[in-house]
Amino acid sequence: MTNTTETINTVAPKVEAEVLSGPTPRQVLLTKVLGHKGLMFGAIVLLTIFLMALFAPLLAPYDPYHQDLMHRMIPPVWDAKGSWENILGTDHLGRDYLSRLLYGARISLAIGAIAALISGIIGTSMGVAAGYFGGRVDACVTFLINVRLAMPVVLVALAVVALFGGSLQVVITVLGLLLWDRFAVVMRSATLQLRSMEYVTAAKAIGCSTKRILFSEIMPNIANSLIVIVTLEMAHAILLEAALSFLGLGVQPPTPSWGLMVSEGKQMLLFQPWMIAIPGVALFILVLAINLLGDGLRDVSAPENRN
Amino acid sequence: MLVYTLKRLGLALLVTLAVSMLSFALLYLSGDPAAAIAGETANAEDIEAVRIYYGFDRPWVVQYGEWMFNAIRGDFGTSYYFKLPVSQLVAERLSVTMLLGVCGISFALLTAVPLGVAAAVRPNSIIDRIALFLSVMGQAMPSFWFGLVLIVLFSIKLRILPPSGSDNWQNFVMPTIVLGYYAMPAIMRLTRAGMLDVLGADYVRTARAKGAGEFRVMFKHALRNAIIPVVSLAAVQMGFMLGGSIVVESIFALHGAGYLAWESIGRNDLPTVQALILVFSMFYIVFTFLSDLLNAWLDPRMRVG
Repeated sequence: MTNTTETINTVAPKVEAEVLSGPTPRQVLLTKVLGHKGLMFGAIVLLTIFLMALFAPLLAPYDPYHQDLMHRMIPPVWDAKGSWENILGTDHLGRDYLSRLLYGARISLAIGAIAALISGIIGTSMGVAAGYFGGRVDACVTFLINVRLAMPVVLVALAVVALFGGSLQVVITVLGLLLWDRFAVVMRSATLQLRSMEYVTAAKAIGCSTKRILFSEIMPNIANSLIVIVTLEMAHAILLEAALSFLGLGVQPPTPSWGLMVSEGKQMLLFQPWMIAIPGVALFILVLAINLLGDGLRDVSAPENRN
Repeated sequence: MLVYTLKRLGLALLVTLAVSMLSFALLYLSGDPAAAIAGETANAEDIEAVRIYYGFDRPWVVQYGEWMFNAIRGDFGTSYYFKLPVSQLVAERLSVTMLLGVCGISFALLTAVPLGVAAAVRPNSIIDRIALFLSVMGQAMPSFWFGLVLIVLFSIKLRILPPSGSDNWQNFVMPTIVLGYYAMPAIMRLTRAGMLDVLGADYVRTARAKGAGEFRVMFKHALRNAIIPVVSLAAVQMGFMLGGSIVVESIFALHGAGYLAWESIGRNDLPTVQALILVFSMFYIVFTFLSDLLNAWLDPRMRVG
């Protein structure tokens, strides 16, 4: 008896609300997200790779650092000479390729996420400050953006890594300090548009502090474009790390970085092309998933699609 | 226009100055160049002698001033490794990189603009899908890996192109494709968006209404207007590409400035690295300067900002 009354009580207001106002903005957004193929594909693939990286110690059949010189360069299972013992084969030092691939996902994701976080903090604060305060602050930030864009990223990153040594921390820091330009550019123009909005003027008129306006009025409204840039820069950082490691001036061996795996496989290009194919395809799929996710988020959150 | 040009030129010079300072400071902070030059077997006295000989004992402002003063006159010092003037080394190698850059941007424009136009003329058609697919692929594929795939395909399997070297035109085919494909997606998307915009404009409708042929409408009326932002994007991309050619040149062992940069970083050849960072930055600065001027010339509203 009590059960039924409760159900009635909880259901009734909901029905009423739906009749009055239709689906809430949140529900509309959810339908759009679920209906966007690229976004869903990107999100599912990225989630899968993330889980693989997270549970790498459980999933990996072998230790990714364990060398076995008796079992070198075994081809993957679909090759005539392959076997189920090493599903993706082994590399030139006899290390299991699947295990290295799984652990490599950790490196790529960590670099993408942390570098995007560092550059996001730098770029967003610069961009928002430039857009909101204008004048000299804006001139200064625009100048810094110009300087940063003029510096060749790959060359500077290579030089810095060569000087400070190729540890994971150095690579992440360098990429984080180099990739803030797009954040600054986009956040600046987004803030510039918001600055003259009525609700910002209203907040100023009732005497809100600058801090409050920035964090409660401006930030929530630029969050959408911020997320899109985060995904783009994550992809950018992952590709750059792979390129640096490929050139021998990124993450150092024996760390299982996908770029490094391609570089090591390059020596066997003639006879064992799968050694570059596997990590290359892994990189491609990861970056593709992140890009599709970002593009999808942009489509879904674009103001013209909101209603 | 003159005021705008002068303003823009001043900004370009300031950016150059800032980049040169940053690159100098960066390498100055990198530790003791004297110890690196003297070698591992050197004792403290040798290192001190090297330090005084190269002038590393002076304050960095003085060193920077001297380096910059010489750099303006085209003297970037002597390479630690080759024992040759850096300017001579860079000039020799730069022709290869510039040729590669021109080929790459031409390849990108020749594929991206027709594809973008075709995609815009029939949105959601097969060709639009193909164009989108190509651009999504291009953005996600690591360029070094794409280069290796091309080597496997054209040099190992088909044996029609040389995998490395920089002696004749065949050496430039694969690097051009890799570098061009890197710049293609952005140009294609901008062309498509621009064309879609312009095709809905009143003057295109007017042109159609007065009976102009479809071909004429597309190229004389629409593309001419849609291409303006593409030109400035291409200039910016060209600057990025020259900086990014370091990866492509090292895959194909193309002996350009990017390859020299990679080798010099490995050899701790600071004067060469410094000069190359400055030269690559200058390219970007010059290209964006030219594209801004072009834009201001085409669109008077730009001159005010």
